[in-house]
Amino acid sequence: MESTPKLLKILDVITLVLFLIAVWMVLFYAPTEAVMGNVQRVFYFHVAAGWVGMLGFLVAAVVGILYLRSGRREYDIIGVAAVEIGIVFVFINIVSGSIWARPIWNTWWTWDPRLTTATVMELIYAAYLLLRQGIEEADRRARFGAVYVLLGFISVPLTFLSARLFRTIHPIVIGTNQPGSQGQFDMAPKMLQAFLFSLFTFTVIFVDVLWHRVRIGKFAEKIEERKLRLGEEQRS
Amino acid sequence: MMTEDEQIAYEKFSSPLTSLKLYLRAILAVLGKDITAEMRSRELLSSMFVFALLVILIFNFALELDISTRLTVTAGVLWVTFAFAGTLGLNRSMASEKDRACLDGLLLAPVDRSAIYFGKMLGNLIFMLLVEMIVLPIYSLLYNTNLFSIGFLAVVMLGSIGYVTVGTLLATMAVQTRTRDVMLPILLFPVTIPLLIAAVKGSMGFLQGLEMDAIRPWLNLLVSYDIIFLALALMVFDYLVEE
Repeated sequence: MESTPKLLKILDVITLVLFLIAVWMVLFYAPTEAVMGNVQRVFYFHVAAGWVGMLGFLVAAVVGILYLRSGRREYDIIGVAAVEIGIVFVFINIVSGSIWARPIWNTWWTWDPRLTTATVMELIYAAYLLLRQGIEEADRRARFGAVYVLLGFISVPLTFLSARLFRTIHPIVIGTNQPGSQGQFDMAPKMLQAFLFSLFTFTVIFVDVLWHRVRIGKFAEKIEERKLRLGEEQRS
Repeated sequence: MMTEDEQIAYEKFSSPLTSLKLYLRAILAVLGKDITAEMRSRELLSSMFVFALLVILIFNFALELDISTRLTVTAGVLWVTFAFAGTLGLNRSMASEKDRACLDGLLLAPVDRSAIYFGKMLGNLIFMLLVEMIVLPIYSLLYNTNLFSIGFLAVVMLGSIGYVTVGTLLATMAVQTRTRDVMLPILLFPVTIPLLIAAVKGSMGFLQGLEMDAIRPWLNLLVSYDIIFLALALMVFDYLVEE
């Protein structure tokens, strides 16, 4: 068993420090929003988590294509890792959005296009994990997984654009906004800094966690190989 | 060097027109096989049809389909029925290929594999449309609703095409997993939700006699969904049947 690479250990420390700074920026550095008050601070990590979720699904789609073209196992391991991380972060995104929506929209949940498409996206990737569980043969599991990730990826741009294409009450803070949304605000410079810093921090978290998860995936594969070999030796 | 006979054979089969003809013939052969099998057993259509009626019956009592609710829920009830019955048919159609290794036999044929996909997909589409053609008049008879407008039927057609396009692909996947029958709806429903939403909204628009401007976005979504997934299916089907 190889020990954790030095670079990964350094990245762990950097990630932790960045995260602490991000928490400080969100809680103390960024000014309180005039209308919504402190609950607006959810926004920084809410968007950052959504971004990492979609980034994870994008990475999974890209390595899916690469896997289908080359058939190399590494791509499959990266693919599962990216999807798992994506699911967790989209979940954080949905829960944090819900906490914000309770005081602002006066409800935990509403079937707004943005919320609906995000839920569907989450369900597609949950189905992906179930699909993998149902296939024992490693090669076929990887192939089917890659195909399903490609089909499912359409939900990602759809979710991203849903707040812009359909009539929705979900605010769009970056770029133009529709008149119908509730909870809209303009970012003060310090807010923008905290926001961009959160985005950056979460991206680093993504890279760090992905690296760890891919390592675990490779170990799991080695164990599976050894089990197979052991079984063959016992039989012969 | 090719001999003269080989040269002739080569030219005969490599011209674009003949290769297209051969491709179409392969599709029709797969389709014909499915239809013949269905004519003899009738197991697929009859189970889909009975199942569809049962779903409508359950909705009848679950939703108390009186006149005022009928106006708003008819499209939803019908699409849920089609989706459920469709899953049943898709599963059966692929499972019967897998059961006695018929799929392996099909794959041995010297044709482009997408021809097999299109053959199966057209077969599924025909079965689904047949069930819809029986269910729709029965529904309008039972609930005294007029469902026969060109627009509404067009939505049914577009929705079914999209559903079957993705469904055939995912059914090919699902029958090769350990959990088989359970897997298809889990894989299929999340991917087809955008299609089903557009189909429900589109059919509801036509049934309530809305302006074309209000319906057109949903029709656009349906058409683009159909095209995107048909193209994707063409690209990835090979990977699902390769051994």
